[in-house]
Amino acid sequence: MAVMKMKRVNICALRKHRKRILEALQHMGVMEIEVVKDDSMDRIETAPQKAVFERRKREAEQALEILDEYAPVKKGMFDSLNGKREIKKPDIDRVVNSAENIMSICESVRQSKESITNAQGRILSIKSELEALEPWLPCDIPMDYEGTLRTDISFGTVPASVTEEILDEAVKDWTAYYEIVSRDKNTKYLILVSLKECSEELNAKMRKLGFAKPAVTVRGTPAEHSKRLMSEQNGLNDKINELTKKIQSFASRRGDIEAVSDYYGVRAEKYGVLGTLMHTGKTFFITGYVPEKYAEGLRRTMEESFDAAAEVSDCGDDAPAELENSEFASSFEPVLESYGLPKKNEFDPSAIMGAFYVFLFGLMLSDAAYGLIISAACFFVLKKFGNISDGMRKSLRMFMYCGLSTLFWGVMFGGYFGDAVTVIAKTFFNKDIEIPALWFVPLKDPMRLLIYSMLFGLIHLFTGLGLKGYMYLRDKDVKGFVCDVLSWFMLLIGLLLILMQSSIYASLAGNALVLGSFASMAAKVMAAAGALIILFTAGRSSKNIGKRLAKGAYSLYDITSWLSDLLSYSRLLALGLATGVIAQVINQMGAMAGNGALEIAVFVIVFVVGHIFNLAINLLGAYVHTNRLQYVEFFGKFYEGGGRKFNPFRENTDFVKIKED
Amino acid sequence: MGLVFALLGAAAAVFLAGAGSAIGVGIAGQSAAGVVTEDPSKFAKVLIMQLLPGTQGIYGLLVGFLTLSSIGLLGGNAADISTATGLLILAACLPIGIVGLISGIYQGKTSAAAIGIVARKPEQFGKAMLFPAMVETYAILALLISILAVTAIPV
Repeated sequence: MAVMKMKRVNICALRKHRKRILEALQHMGVMEIEVVKDDSMDRIETAPQKAVFERRKREAEQALEILDEYAPVKKGMFDSLNGKREIKKPDIDRVVNSAENIMSICESVRQSKESITNAQGRILSIKSELEALEPWLPCDIPMDYEGTLRTDISFGTVPASVTEEILDEAVKDWTAYYEIVSRDKNTKYLILVSLKECSEELNAKMRKLGFAKPAVTVRGTPAEHSKRLMSEQNGLNDKINELTKKIQSFASRRGDIEAVSDYYGVRAEKYGVLGTLMHTGKTFFITGYVPEKYAEGLRRTMEESFDAAAEVSDCGDDAPAELENSEFASSFEPVLESYGLPKKNEFDPSAIMGAFYVFLFGLMLSDAAYGLIISAACFFVLKKFGNISDGMRKSLRMFMYCGLSTLFWGVMFGGYFGDAVTVIAKTFFNKDIEIPALWFVPLKDPMRLLIYSMLFGLIHLFTGLGLKGYMYLRDKDVKGFVCDVLSWFMLLIGLLLILMQSSIYASLAGNALVLGSFASMAAKVMAAAGALIILFTAGRSSKNIGKRLAKGAYSLYDITSWLSDLLSYSRLLALGLATGVIAQVINQMGAMAGNGALEIAVFVIVFVVGHIFNLAINLLGAYVHTNRLQYVEFFGKFYEGGGRKFNPFRENTDFVKIKED
Repeated sequence: MGLVFALLGAAAAVFLAGAGSAIGVGIAGQSAAGVVTEDPSKFAKVLIMQLLPGTQGIYGLLVGFLTLSSIGLLGGNAADISTATGLLILAACLPIGIVGLISGIYQGKTSAAAIGIVARKPEQFGKAMLFPAMVETYAILALLISILAVTAIPV
């Protein structure tokens, strides 16, 4: 239930130790390094080396992508839960020592892929060449033959609209001859022979008709050319197969490539930080934030292992925030972080929010069977996959607790897959069984659940206001406490007591609250007093009495927002009912088939599909709305968030987790 | 005659709210599909956002079901309802119907915009989810009144 206390650590050490010190810091992963903007000192120039490592990491990643394409690993559905692979120090040392070798494997893989791509491109162009060649195949003379001693031979196409009559007409004035090699829908493919003397004029005439050179340059007869192309194509296909096999043969080194990719990534980050450090001739300086519980250990390590000078001091206002909580409360840290980490003067509300979160979630989902399924599933996954990422582990734990709460409320309200037990008993066994609810059945008495929802909401809201009061008292601001918190409590409780005696309340809840005349008067006085305090002090930052009162009146208007906040909790009723009613609809639909072997199968199918659907939809709804209640109604009273997340300098890997031995 | 109006009410609750959800989820789905063309890894997040406007249809179904069961049509013995009662039931079903329709459409548009947040900044998923949830408040209020009204009408 806390924000980790942060300390500032300053380290000054000899330059010759700088790389090892950074590696140690990176491995410990407890320090957020602050880049100090000070131009009076020099910085070490590391951009070129960093670029080298980043490029190598990219090359390794590219090789992995290519390997994935040609030798994909079969991924099971739950493989993403496995987390990063653990690797021991001797293995990582081996990888580092053979890094050059591994990088050359990556280069091989990349070059093979490049050759394959080129070959594929060439095959495509061969294909289109072959297609263009097809109409010319009947031609049995070489198409690069230009003519004999006295004749010219040319090959070309004319549009299909040029008929043979036109062609006859065209050549008849000259000593020329044409032959149609083939024709298709759009074109005629011609050979034109003419005496050298006539060629120029004839060609001009033909060009006017649309005679154009063939689309493809052919060497030898079309048949020969075609054969040549096809054998080239076969050769390329063979080459592609060979290269594919070569790439696949490297698949066994995938693990090493992953490790080396991580290695270069970590080194690149180290050089990135190195480039921001200030240094003198022989020393360098590094400063940053470390959580208090690690600070002393870090200082000792620096001094003993590296002969550095390290000092721990208090930090200023813009320290980053990191949460530290019990196992229960830490499950809700992702929800809190989604909204915003605590600012400097705020505290970590994870635990309290967690308690309400679980309570309200269960109210919204409220079915014992669903709750059991959810918590059992989460528990099972948590136990089986020990290596899940931290964030996912927290979320799974959170849902497990929420599942238990759902189970609790389901038992309270008598929901076990809705009214499945009753329906099954009635339809298949002709008995009238009904599992009684431990408290009451919401569908039969919705108003009661509404009143209780508002009550729970009121507790939630008052807790929020109370936390605000706690913050005032902690900061010793008694005036703020009285003016902003106590006054509202008085006004709200007073108003509530007055309202509960009215007939409106009686019509909702069944009977009105009856207070003695003294208590009734006391309630009115308390409410009035609260209102007056707000009116006169809410605008206490203004000196002008007019402005002050105006601000006060405007603050009083906030009472409407309290009303809307309270009404917001009616969604507990709505969502709780929704789950139950849809479950009943599903049961009813399944039972409509009646009794009998086939009908039982129908029922089972409808039951399974329908309840899975209901569970999914209402789980989503409960999650979204519980979040909204926390973020808007609860946090709105006392919490702003907006703190900066602690981002320590550490080994950021994609594939492997280096295990200390 | 009353039964006609009562059934009309149940039908209106379902078809109006359902239409609203269908349109809303459809609008959000187009946005979600666009995100997945660029980055399939965001699929689960945008799917959740797309599903958010779906609740209005469920609420409509709820009220429809409550109405049908209260007028006895589900059990097989349709009650004999006067025209006035039938009109009362019709009126009771209107809040969730009309609000479900309009809020479903607008929640869909808000969801589509929230999917835009997730597309650029996937880590802001929690905050992005809140925007469509705000629109749903009014559907919940309407659902509440519809439920209270329908269960309160004596049949």
